[in-house]
Order: sequence, then C-alpha cells, then structure tokens
Amino acid sequence: MTDKPTTTDQSAPVTELLDEPIEKARHPFMEAWDMFRRNQAALVALIILVLIIIAAIIGPSLYGRDPFEMVWAPFTPPGQNPDFILGTDYLGRDLLAMIISGARVSIIIGLAAAFVSVFIGVTIGALAGYYRGWVEEALMRFTEFFQVLPTLLFSMVIVALFGASLPMITFAIGIVSWTAVARITRAEFLRIRELEYVTASRASGARDFKLIFGVILPNALPPIIVQSALMVGSAILFEAGLSFLGLTDPNVVSWGQIIGSNRTYFLDASFTVTLPGVAIFVTILCISLVGDGLNDALNPKLRSR
Amino acid sequence: MTEPLLKVQNLRVELTTRNGTAPVIDDVSFELHAGENLSFVGESGCGKSMTALAIMGLLPEGIGRITAGSIMFDGQELTELSQERLRRIRGNDISMIFQEPMTSLNPVYTIGEQIVEVLLAHQSISRADAWAEAATLLDAVRIPKARERLKDYPFQLSGGQRQRVMIAIALACKPKVLIADEPTTALDVTVQAQIFDLLRDLRQETGTSIILITHDMGAVAEMAERMIVMYAGRIAEIGAVDDIIGTPRHPYTKGLISCVPHVLAHVTDEKQPLTEVPGIVPSLREFGKDQCLFASRCQHRTQQCLTARPQSVNFDGAQSADCWHAGTL
Amino acid sequence: MSEQPLLSVENLTVRFAMNRRGLFSPATHLYAVDDVSFHVNRGETLAIVGESGSGKTTAALAAARLVTAYEGRVVLDGEDVLPLEGEELRQMRQKVQFIFQDPYSSLNPRQRAEEIVRDPLQSLTDTPAAEQQEITERLFAQVGLRPEQRRLFPHQFSGGQRQRIGIARALATQPELVICDEPVSALDVAVQAQILNLLSALQEEFGLTYLFISHDLGVVQHMCDSVAVMYMGKIVEHADRKSLFNNPLHPYTAALLSAVPSVDKTLREKSKRILIPGDPPDPTQKQVGCRFASRCPVAQDQCRLSEPPLTEIAPNHRVACHLVDEKAISPL
Repeated sequence: MTDKPTTTDQSAPVTELLDEPIEKARHPFMEAWDMFRRNQAALVALIILVLIIIAAIIGPSLYGRDPFEMVWAPFTPPGQNPDFILGTDYLGRDLLAMIISGARVSIIIGLAAAFVSVFIGVTIGALAGYYRGWVEEALMRFTEFFQVLPTLLFSMVIVALFGASLPMITFAIGIVSWTAVARITRAEFLRIRELEYVTASRASGARDFKLIFGVILPNALPPIIVQSALMVGSAILFEAGLSFLGLTDPNVVSWGQIIGSNRTYFLDASFTVTLPGVAIFVTILCISLVGDGLNDALNPKLRSR
Repeated sequence: MTEPLLKVQNLRVELTTRNGTAPVIDDVSFELHAGENLSFVGESGCGKSMTALAIMGLLPEGIGRITAGSIMFDGQELTELSQERLRRIRGNDISMIFQEPMTSLNPVYTIGEQIVEVLLAHQSISRADAWAEAATLLDAVRIPKARERLKDYPFQLSGGQRQRVMIAIALACKPKVLIADEPTTALDVTVQAQIFDLLRDLRQETGTSIILITHDMGAVAEMAERMIVMYAGRIAEIGAVDDIIGTPRHPYTKGLISCVPHVLAHVTDEKQPLTEVPGIVPSLREFGKDQCLFASRCQHRTQQCLTARPQSVNFDGAQSADCWHAGTL
Repeated sequence: MSEQPLLSVENLTVRFAMNRRGLFSPATHLYAVDDVSFHVNRGETLAIVGESGSGKTTAALAAARLVTAYEGRVVLDGEDVLPLEGEELRQMRQKVQFIFQDPYSSLNPRQRAEEIVRDPLQSLTDTPAAEQQEITERLFAQVGLRPEQRRLFPHQFSGGQRQRIGIARALATQPELVICDEPVSALDVAVQAQILNLLSALQEEFGLTYLFISHDLGVVQHMCDSVAVMYMGKIVEHADRKSLFNNPLHPYTAALLSAVPSVDKTLREKSKRILIPGDPPDPTQKQVGCRFASRCPVAQDQCRLSEPPLTEIAPNHRVACHLVDEKAISPL
C-alpha cells in the first residue's frame, strides 16, 4: 500500500530552515549567575551576607556609640532598656555597639586571612602542578609539613611571639590554612595541563607564564573559588578561637573577643556570650550556603539540568 | 511467523528538561524475534540508546518516562510491571552491555566476585557452583586461563578483555535478549573484530536475540539481519539489512551510507569528495513537530515535508521508509 | 621525486620514564616511539595508522616539538628542528600547526571563538592588530563559520563547528605542515564527511601538507597519498596509497584491513578474514624479535629471535617483515 506523495505542493526548497537560530554570546560568568540564582537558599544567604557587610561598613558611624564606653549598668538583659536593645556586658558596655564594630574586624580578618591563604596556596599548587618533577616533590613535601602542624597551636605561637596585632593575627591564620588550597590547585593543574587546549596553546607558542596564569589558572578557578569562600568562614571561626583564648588586639572589638571576655559570666548572663555567638553562627552559615551555591553554579555537569 | 519475542508498539518517551518536555522517542514500533539480530543506527541524539533504556526500564528517573505505547516481552506488558518484577526481568531475561568497558566494572572487586554476585542474585545455586560457573563463562568469552583471571581486578585487564567480562556478566543468566549499546566504539578495530566474532558465535550457541546499537553501517552489515534507522526520535527506515543497504529509500539512510569513506577493495588514483549531509541533528526543542524532522538537512525537501509528518511507505518485503518522497527517489 | 620532502623524520625515538618500583631500582623507560623514520612530500598527505598505544600521536607531537624527543632528527624544510630554541623555535611553530582529536577539550572554554583563532597570530607573529582582525574574519569564512559567531564561546557550538574553529586556529599563521590528530574520530558520521571535505578543499586551496593520524582505515584511504602503519612504536609498513591498500604486505596491515566491517557485501565475501588473537603485549617489557610475532598468524622462529628492519622491497613500499622479499608477495 504505497502512499503516493502528492506532487502538487512541491515547491522551491525553503532555505531559511538551514539557518540555526543565532545564540547570544553569553559569558560563562553570566551562566554561572543564572545557575546560582536558581539555588534559593544560597540567594537568601547572599542577601543576608550583603546586609551584614553593609552593617559592618556603615553601622558604627550610623549607630554612633563607642563600643568601649561604659554606658549603663553591667549585665542589663536585652529588651529591658530601649536604649540598649541587646543589653550590656560585664563592664556595662553596649552589646549592640560591640557586635556591630566586631563585625567589621571579624569580616576583615576573615577576608584578609582567606586572601593570604589563597595567595600562598594557589602559587605553590600552581607551580607544583605545572612543573612536576623535583619542583612538585619539594613543594608538596613543604605543603605536607604545614599540614601536619597542629594549626591552632602553631598560630598561637606566632601571635604570642610576634604580638597580637591585627596583621599578625591575619597572617597567623593564613599561614596555617593554605594547604587545602594548594592541594586543590595542584590537582586541577594536573588535570587541565593534559587537556588538548593547553597543548594547542603551546603549539601557538605560549610561554610558561601565559600557560599558568592565562590558560590553566582561569579554568582551575571554580573549585578554588568555592574553597576560598569556605575559607573566609573558617578564618572568622579561627579568629574567634584565638580571641577567646585572649590572643587578640586589645584595642579592637571582635566577635570572638566579646565571647572570650564574657565567658566567666556565662552562667549569670548567658546573653553576653550567646548573642555574639549567634552573629558568628549566622555569618558562617550564610558563607557556607553561598559556597554551596557557588559549587553548583560553577560545576558544568549540573548546568544542563 | 511465530509470535515475536519482543513487540514494541507506538512507544512514546518524553524527556523533561529545563526547556520543557520533548518526545525523545516518538511513535516507535518494531518487533524482535527469537534468535534475531536487530540493529539500531543513527547519529548521537537520535534516540537509539533511549529506546534500549526504555525496554530495560532504566530511563533516567524523574526526567524520562513512557507516556504512550506498549512493550510486550514474552507475553508480559513491561510498561505495567512493578519495579521489582522489572528488576527480575533485567539480568534474567534482558541484559545490556555498554559502550565504556572502563567504567562499567566496579574497580574495587575482582571480576570473579562481580560475576558470582550476578549469578547468586538471579539463580538459586551454591557459592561454589557459582564460582565454577563464572570460570565457564569467562572461558566462553574466550579469556585465556579463565580460572586464574577470576582473581584479577578490572584494572589488570585490557579494554577488550573488560568488554568480554561485561559480555560474560550479561550472559550469566542466559538472557533471551542482549542489548549491546555501541559495544566496540571504545575499542581498536582488531579487538572489535574479535568481539563481533564472539557475539556471533554466542548467538549461534545460545540462541540469544541481540539488539545492536551502533553508528557504523559496516558493523550493521556484518552483524544484523534487520535494521532500524532512527532520526530525531522517530524511525526513518526499517527493514532487512541487505535491502536497506542495497536500496536505501530514505534520504537520511542514503546520506548515512554514502557520507562514510568505506574501505575499497581496489584503490585507484581517483578520489571523489564525500557526499555530505549538511547540518546536524535538530535540538530537542524541534522533536515532536508535525513535519519531517530531517527536512532541514534534506535536498529533496518540499513544502509538504514542512507541514506534515511523513507516513511510512511500504516497499515489497518488509522495508518501509517514513518519507513523503520515498516512492519517487 | 627529486624534490626534497617538506618533513623528514629520521630514527626518531621518544621514551617516557616509568615509575620506579623501589627507591634504588634503576629507572625504566617506555619506548613510545622507537627508531621511526618517515617523510612527507610537499602538498601531499601522509597518514599514520595504528591502534591505540601504537605511538602514532606521540611521534607527531615529537615532530612538532610538543613532546621531547630522545633521539633522532626531524628535518622541516631543510632545517633540523629538534635543537631550535627561542626565536627560531617561534619561527618553526609558525610553520607547523596542529588539529586535535577532541573538539570539546581542544578549545579553551574561557576564550571567545575569535580569540582562540587569533591566539597563534598574537603569540607567534608580529602582525598588527587590525590585520589580525582581518585574517580572523577571513578564516571564519574559509572554514564555513558565520561572522556573527565570532563572539561566541566554545560551549555554544556543536562538535563539528568546534572542529572548524580548531581548523581556523591551525591555519592562522599560514603553516606549511598541518598535523591532524584524529580530526574526525570524535564526531558523528555525517559531520565527519563535512570536516573531511573541508580539509581536502583547504589543502587544495592553500597547498597544505598534512600529517594525518587516524585509526580509521576508511578515512585514511580517502584522505592520504601515502601511509605509514605503526605497531607498538615501530613502523611496520610505509608505502604509497595504491600499493598499501591493493597489496598489503605486512601481516598486521592485512589483519587491520580485514578487521574493518564493510557495507560492501561482495567485498565481505571475497576477502578472507584474518582474525588476530589477543591484545598487544606489554609495551614496558623490552622485546626481542618482531613485536607482532605474538599475534602473527604466520610467525616463525626467526621472527621471535631477531627484529626485522624496515626495508624497501619495491619503489615506495617499505616493509618490516622477515617473510616478505623482493617478489612482494604477502606471506598470508
């Protein structure tokens, strides 16, 4: 039963069908942002984080109360006096003022320490992963040396020896936490340097410097970015730990320091410890959620879903 | 002719993606008889593998589902069976081997353990018997010194040997149908020839039907009796291999055969440019439209091809092609 | 053929260090390419055929100075390129460009298509920016890409289009020799034909010389002027296209040819199948004798004892097999 094709409606070939629709030139960054936006938890966390950072920047001048000034009776619980919404600490200082200016110090230390560790980690990881051979051997043994050091103890020694100034605390945190970044960077370099577009760049005459920083590093960035985001969180925690132990600059307030200085009164006025604790908790949680969102957004395997 | 072993009728599988729902398999019907070798040919993204996964009940969960049609296997309607019953049919009656022999074996178990595990899961035999059976199976897929090799881990085998182990596992429960999805694409030609030889002999010995999914017309010609050319989720042409390769009726089949540089029996100085099929397989968004989906790449395209889905045109014998102009080309 | 070949490779050896078993055991080496010689004439295509692990890609990479050669000479246009450094190496790289196998990993995902094509011009030549732009635009047209696609990123192209970008990049510096490493094996069959036809057309238009590496004998037969067959780091047969395909002399070449599935029914029935058993032996073990002996259907005692040299048994037909003599009759 052969179907006779109707010959009447045969017409000239329709050429416009061959043209595929032209895609817009979209930067990979924009696609990552699209992916990130679809993760609602990460989006909310990002908004909260931005609010915290804004509060840390303009908060102190807006609120206008000196965190070191003794303004009211010690241990005033939150909500009792409308002038001091979050109450006062053991010296009668305004807890809200302390938390706001503590935010600035904690976040600056978190960012700076993460920057230090990413800088050291990426440099060492990239050189080890790119050059291989004895360079890799030497650098990875060096990395392992730092990995086996007890981190808290080591940073305490640095701060105790060289003084508890903010730059020194930042450096001490950075120097003990770069090893994870170095390992991730090295692993990515080992993978990417074998890909054909790296060989193609070499065939195009690219020098080592361009290959490392122009070709391989941009493609190795996604996991490094995720790790750095999480690093900011752990650096804030680390600083809190050091301040709790009293290893901190006495001239500035940080969240850990508030907890540390009030810890003896925990049973009588627990709010002096829990409130800055909540601030740390919310900040770290938001950073983790944003890191998680970045992980999804930068992972090309999830993109097609 | 006797009742077919596997009868697929008007099968439709929809895939839900970010851009909406698309029929990746659109009104596909075919039969597979006992002991037969049927081949699916087409470019990637044409629904060959998806058809196999639909038969196996292994469509990607939450993304793909069968929305219409029936799959009758040995008197049972597979689309209506419970997961548990389907699981028992997989492995026992229908098994599958995949393209990538490097990743389809679990690297932390020896190959012996992996074969024995399958045997114990589907048959009621003792562990000692299972090990003996595993050695027999490895022997059947022509791995030398089978008994000793059972203790090897996958990384100790070459690609060809791993694919043999996969075949041994697939054959462990004497399935009625073996689905081979591009089984030799990752292998060298001399090893491919060995695997094809093995599959041919095994079919003769066990009477297992084979569904071979491939993009290589040469492999189809060597292995199969009947073939189905798929394009964009639909059947473009179906029939006996010799008929289709001798006189392809669908322009896509013609293109697939003539665009490949085949090894010639006698080489002369003359070199002809290859026939091109322009363009690429349409994206999922185009699937399911009421028109000929090949039209955008077809030089015989007319207005009719763009306004209605072609009906299948039968030719003598069992060959039929879904093309408005199949009769006149 | 009085003219000097464009590329001639003499006794090239490439070896890789293997992981040592223990701290004090001597370093062992894997000879990926072992004493290999071949030449490519100007304007022609030499195909290197072989299965995975035969060393065909490594040989090409070494000839292009992308892998360090251990021994041998690579003469391009009358100049030995292996000792070149600095500015001279940059000059040499302009003349030799590469087309890669995998269109997905051979393009930097962070570069726009036009940046990828412009890259060799920027790194290897002193072409002014305006002219670079002009060349890029012309290349896009020549490989069949539309001008609007210049600003797109690699993931927005299909596999065939990506390979076209790779071809445009390889042609940017107007090279004399283009090494095509399995340029179509990762593509769908219909797209393969498009790319092969493009390569042929470009060769004709620019007088290019191709070193074409492939495992697909159909593609090789279609593209090449002469063929070198490699097995485990050695060339076992090197001949022009007609001699090799019409009269394959080495048993491995014959087995390779007969293993290709064919749509031609009469050819299938006519040709006898030569099934070679097993897999290639472990390449890390140094072998005595012919490397193919363990799988060869006609191997004899002398094959297992001494390694046959590559000898010219007819004009433009060299074979490395003890069982082939001047009569040029296949031992099978």
